[in-house]
Amino acid sequence: MQYVTLKKERFDDFISRLAQDKKVVAPVAQDNNAYAFEPVTSGRQIAKDYIPTILPPKKYFMPQYETLATFNIGNGQQMEPVVEYERMILFGVRTCDLAGIQCLNMVFSERPKDHNYLVRKSKIIIIGYECNDYCDEYASCRLVHNHTPNGGYDLFFTDLGDKFIVHINTQAGDEIIEKTKLFEEANEKDLKALEALREKKRKIFANEVPVVHENIPQVFEKSYNSNIWEDLGKKCLSCGNCTNVCPTCYCFDVIDEPNLDLKTGKRYRRWDSCQSETFAKVAGGESFREERAARQRHRYYRKFKYPVDKFARLFCTGCGRCSRTCMAKINLKETVTALVAEQGLTDKKAGKE
Amino acid sequence: MTLKRVILKDSEYEIKRARILRTKQMTETEKYFEIQLPGGESLDHEPGQFVEVSLLGIGEAPISISSSPTKRGSFELVVRDVGKFTGQGGRLTGALHKLEAGDEVGIRGPFGKGFPVRILEGNDLLFVAAGLGVVPLRSLINYVIDNRRDFGKVTILLGCRTPQNMLFADEVNEWNKRLDVNLNCTVDKADPEWKGNVGLITSLIPGVTLEPERTFGVVVGPPIMYKFVIKELLKKQIPERQILLSLERHMKCGLGKCGHCQINDVYCCQDGPVFSYDKTKNFPEAV
Ligand SMILES: Cc1cc2nc3c(=O)[nH]c(=O)nc-3n(C[C@H](O)[C@H](O)[C@H](O)COP(=O)(O)OP(=O)(O)OC[C@H]3O[C@@H](n4cnc5c(N)ncnc54)[C@H](O)[C@@H]3O)c2cc1C
Ligand code: SF4
Ligand code: FES
Repeated sequence: MQYVTLKKERFDDFISRLAQDKKVVAPVAQDNNAYAFEPVTSGRQIAKDYIPTILPPKKYFMPQYETLATFNIGNGQQMEPVVEYERMILFGVRTCDLAGIQCLNMVFSERPKDHNYLVRKSKIIIIGYECNDYCDEYASCRLVHNHTPNGGYDLFFTDLGDKFIVHINTQAGDEIIEKTKLFEEANEKDLKALEALREKKRKIFANEVPVVHENIPQVFEKSYNSNIWEDLGKKCLSCGNCTNVCPTCYCFDVIDEPNLDLKTGKRYRRWDSCQSETFAKVAGGESFREERAARQRHRYYRKFKYPVDKFARLFCTGCGRCSRTCMAKINLKETVTALVAEQGLTDKKAGKE
Repeated sequence: MTLKRVILKDSEYEIKRARILRTKQMTETEKYFEIQLPGGESLDHEPGQFVEVSLLGIGEAPISISSSPTKRGSFELVVRDVGKFTGQGGRLTGALHKLEAGDEVGIRGPFGKGFPVRILEGNDLLFVAAGLGVVPLRSLINYVIDNRRDFGKVTILLGCRTPQNMLFADEVNEWNKRLDVNLNCTVDKADPEWKGNVGLITSLIPGVTLEPERTFGVVVGPPIMYKFVIKELLKKQIPERQILLSLERHMKCGLGKCGHCQINDVYCCQDGPVFSYDKTKNFPEAV
């Protein structure tokens, strides 16, 4: 195992040294107990305790607006496909958000590959950050097994009180350690402390929904015609906030934008939401998920059922963002709890030590 | 430390600059296009597949390939001007209607899974097309006619709103004249010259004689039609997996990513647009 440690008093230096030759983005406090990934140049700018950022780090992997091609129709249909990217280091990615990036990686590397995504991904270094305790009551990371790290980072920081213990997962991560020259070899005591912390976490993080993890797919296999979708449909405002903030929602629209000369311009993609009524509408006027209930069900099935069949993976990361942001107070933990109860699969002891 | 923009060589969004060779206004709302890829390159498609047609600055839309792959050197599309037809929208299809021979369009594709031609070989075929459905179905019908010996009995049922709406009327006449094709047409509303049937397409099915176990029903039409046609075909004892449908959905990328075309857990653009009924009956969102 490759572990090093960083004394806390060296943390500011660490971030400043990183920022000398690369853009560094990390969680920065905003108003109203909200946080956002923003560029930083010193460790002091980074929030110490933070709930998941308003937007997940997907905004760097799959930006909200992204040029796919530029064109010039002065002389026929001439287009040049492009990719836009920025080299950067993402610091402070929670384990739920690491899982979210892993999900997007699977989607965009599946054939036909999305080279825009893959190029951008290759330019980003990821430094993860462990949650020692729950961020807030919306999280359900234990349910989906994302409360501890499952890879997907170059370096991973865990707070051990007076220092960080850092797992080096990749060559790129190691180069950062070598270059910044602030780290020490981890000793036996550090490793024991990490182990003790993880042991303690096993008690803190208890299943947020009383169901055995392995039974989740079964719940959704049987819940397609549940009345619970109607209940959600009655509350939902179709605003699309939930899909915007979801780390694994990646639906998009493709749009042309001509410049003022009406000759040149760009074709770009922008986040779209399956919660909007026009999302699945065709020219003849038929809309294939006309009811809000059907659209809410679709959202849940794209987290708990369809990706399980396709990628053998849940696409809910447990980050809690959809519940935190929903103006209609649609709550993921409550929805899944109700579905589980309806199927008679409630297990109060599930996921508790 | 700034946003870099570089040329992407293997982008799936790259279009080919194709040239329009010929156009024909078929009806008030439908226009025909014969199109050639750069250097006469073959589109290399399967019957039932579609292309994404672009006009840069306006947009892109999925359009079925209407010609059979047996036609080499160029391919054919038929575009409905959505704005004229429905009274709203129609940005791209309206702009396409303004194009004439010599103009360029952008082409991506072909996309999707077409009709399973190899599986159809040796079997009897019952084609059912309503409205614009004849456009994609024509790629398969002409493929079958060009390889006529490889298939069993061929029956074509066509339906449209009025005789004036009939697409490819000359070609339909040619099919009708062939002794190796049975053809029957119906219109919703006749005019004095119309000698064929009047009524819905479903009314033609009971009269067809067929051997269900060796018959494939191939159905393309507007979304509301499927439920009723499938019911009639099942009454004829055609097995579920031998009923083939081509489904229309909102599409953007054609690459199984943007999510617009999703039907439960399948992507119409990649897994379809052609599906067999034994599959779609398990998708509550399909028909
Ligand atoms: C597999 C497939 C094959 C098709 N084949 C044909 C064909 O052969 N001939 C034909 O005329 N039409 C066909 N269509 C329908 C055609 O794609 C739409 O009429 C067209 O996209 C409308 O675009 P618009 O900009 O003119 O309309 P608008 O109403 O201005 O715009 C509709 C918007 O929705 C998007 N969109 C994407 N897919 C669809 C869709 N299926 N229906 C409506 N809007 C859609 C468009 O890109 C556009 O941005 C097909 C559709 C599919 C899915
Ligand atoms: S955030 Fe809430 S109200 Fe808005 S679309 Fe999502 S579930 Fe509906
Ligand atoms: S059209 Fe984008 S996923 Fe099918």
